[in-house]
Amino acid sequence: MRVNWKSYNPGQFFDELISSPGYARKPARRLASYLQSLNHEDLLQKKTAAELAIKTMGISFTVYSDAGNIDREWPMDIIPRMIAASEWDQTSKGLEQRLRALNCFIHDIYNEQKVLKDKLLPKELIFDSGNFRKQCVGIKPRYNVWAHICGTDLIKDHDGQFYVLEDNLRVPSGVSYMLENRRVTKRVFPELFDSNYNIRPVTEYPTELYDMLASLSPRQVKHPSIVVLTPGIYNSAYFEHSFLAQRMGAELVEGGDLVVEDDKVFMRTIDGLAPVDVIYRRIDDLFLDPSVFNKDSVLGVSGLFNAWVKGNVALANAPGAGVADDKIIYTYVPKIIKYYLDEEPILPNVPSYMCIDKKERDHVLKNLDKLVVKPANESGGYGMLIGPQASKKELAEFRRRIKADPRNYMAQPLISLSTVPILGERSVEPRHVDLRPFILQGANTYVTPGGLSRVAMVKGSYVVNSSQGGGSKDTWIIEDF
Amino acid sequence: MLLSRVAERVYWQARYLERAENTARLLSVFSALLMDLPQGTKLGWHSLIQITGNEKGFNERFKQAQERHVIRYLLAENNGVSILNMLAYTRENARTTREIMPTEAFELINNLYYKAREQAEPGVDRGKRHELLDGIVADCQQIWGLLAGTMSRDSAYSFVRMGRGLERADMTTRIVDVGSSKLLPELEVEAADADSREPYENILWMNVLRSQSAYQMYRQHVRERVKAEEVVRFLLQNEEFPRATAHNLTTVTKVLHRLPNSSKVKWQTDKVRRLVRDADIDRLLRRGLLRYLDNVQKEIARVHFKIADTWFLPNK
Repeated sequence: MRVNWKSYNPGQFFDELISSPGYARKPARRLASYLQSLNHEDLLQKKTAAELAIKTMGISFTVYSDAGNIDREWPMDIIPRMIAASEWDQTSKGLEQRLRALNCFIHDIYNEQKVLKDKLLPKELIFDSGNFRKQCVGIKPRYNVWAHICGTDLIKDHDGQFYVLEDNLRVPSGVSYMLENRRVTKRVFPELFDSNYNIRPVTEYPTELYDMLASLSPRQVKHPSIVVLTPGIYNSAYFEHSFLAQRMGAELVEGGDLVVEDDKVFMRTIDGLAPVDVIYRRIDDLFLDPSVFNKDSVLGVSGLFNAWVKGNVALANAPGAGVADDKIIYTYVPKIIKYYLDEEPILPNVPSYMCIDKKERDHVLKNLDKLVVKPANESGGYGMLIGPQASKKELAEFRRRIKADPRNYMAQPLISLSTVPILGERSVEPRHVDLRPFILQGANTYVTPGGLSRVAMVKGSYVVNSSQGGGSKDTWIIEDF
Repeated sequence: MLLSRVAERVYWQARYLERAENTARLLSVFSALLMDLPQGTKLGWHSLIQITGNEKGFNERFKQAQERHVIRYLLAENNGVSILNMLAYTRENARTTREIMPTEAFELINNLYYKAREQAEPGVDRGKRHELLDGIVADCQQIWGLLAGTMSRDSAYSFVRMGRGLERADMTTRIVDVGSSKLLPELEVEAADADSREPYENILWMNVLRSQSAYQMYRQHVRERVKAEEVVRFLLQNEEFPRATAHNLTTVTKVLHRLPNSSKVKWQTDKVRRLVRDADIDRLLRRGLLRYLDNVQKEIARVHFKIADTWFLPNK
């Protein structure tokens, strides 16, 4: 049986591959007809081949569970997602603009605090935030950049336009899977990667990351010593830490490998201590240095924070950068862009209600069953309320929580996430999808062409997190002249 | 530039892989011996447990050392010493050193582990065993070949060679153990006089050589029929054969010259080398071989402790 695009029905949602039953959108036309030329059995065979490749290549992620940590094969749907280059170029500019503005904001917060004096947002929002680090006040990192690596989550609504759902400025993960998805797709659909189909390559990311990190080095040497600091082999993103270290030719270190002497950072090698210039840390702020933050941390390195303050080592991202990825601060980002850059935001936010504001809070409480409520500081989709799908008990519980701690909550209308086809057991089926591009800022800025597409594998579900059964897709930026 | 922690993981990765390969070789000798020995002879399967140093764990698990028990214990069980576990540890160390080891090596190790996981249990049966064990040995050889063909001769590779060299030096002494008279308890009773025992001893030593892929090389080097003292001399003292204990200790010494602060390790390695080189094999075969081999194994273990002291992260 062949793929039949006429029986593929995304219903009321915006589908990225077809515009109406049987008709593919322009950038996806060749893919749609190629898929149509194959039997469903051929496709299932390719799916098996992809799964085998993922197993062999050891592309995995770790799931925490009561029974211990389990290393699972990375879930990937083989049908790539298509985005037109013209659309992407605009989106990419918007992402760059956003990160530039956010970095101005973070630097301002830890230095002059102009934005607070001008009352663009209430002081308490910052000082009560769990992500504000008072120890960072007065520090001026190179280029005044705090968030060097950012993963911004984008979604498409009914209108087919990209909206920003959230910015991840602490330790965003997923970029290794973006790269590996492409590698697997090349194995599975080699015939699509020919000169007629102009797919933007994604492979330069590790080089860009390396150059960006090298540009932060306090020592002006030809080959600064760069390390990736991981919480260890049981962390859910360990695969990625190891992958990035390998691709950059950097050392992958754990806290126990590092030592600070005279406010300088060294790693323990078989030749003795060797100096470290730049640390791409994949450990949360609070675990970085037990002498400054969480005293019980065994993941971090005592004295690291001071070495950074003295300017002897660069940390990416800088401690305290998370102050701008709070979900409440998110609602101010359009204003922040105007304030610092004097530009109109290129990418819109999803409309949001802040529970700290009485009028907006009343609206949220009244319409709780229609809204999505998010706590300020959770990630990975935890601690969220999806109003239309919640029970009476859950609604009541969130009503209580919002009243008790309004600053900690914001709400958004339930966005009708766009759909893309996935390969089901019997046919191709529409599923909801989001996108996480990665943006780098050091001496220069860089945006990945596309990013990691995460797709809900369960029909009707909006949950795309791999820790909760989501899958992923290779994402193609296609020239559409 | 090599992190101490990475050095340790690379070293263990090589040791576990070599141990898995040698355990597979040991099980192969035993299984092959079965077919060559006269009917009514019983193999002392328990000596396989002794040789690999697993008496305590095995005796807690099984009352008797029957063939199936011993094979299952050393091949498929989750007990920290089986081939399956060795390969799991190899894979875990490979997974956590992916940033410095060749990608293809990880893929091969990963595949070997999955294969063993699927086939270890059915491989306990005699019918499937040979193919599985042969396959494991061949896959290990492929991985060594890939490492030799793709890794730069830097410190990381030195730790691969050192781990493999020490493990192989040790395991070869254990394979020589197989030739000990304890292996054929029944035979000793039935054919007490030396003349009638001889043919079976030849079969035994021939299989010992085969298990180390050493039969051909032995014939070329020794130019004599297979005899106990010559086989033991060859496997322990030969400098050219790559699975001989002496050869591997020499390799470790050569590697040590390339590593920083290696003097203590070198001193201990030289001590073992002398112990192996100066052994009077004829005398030992008459008396004391087992104790001597035990002693060599202990001194090799001391080399390991010196390595850990010198280069690895101190225990927290």
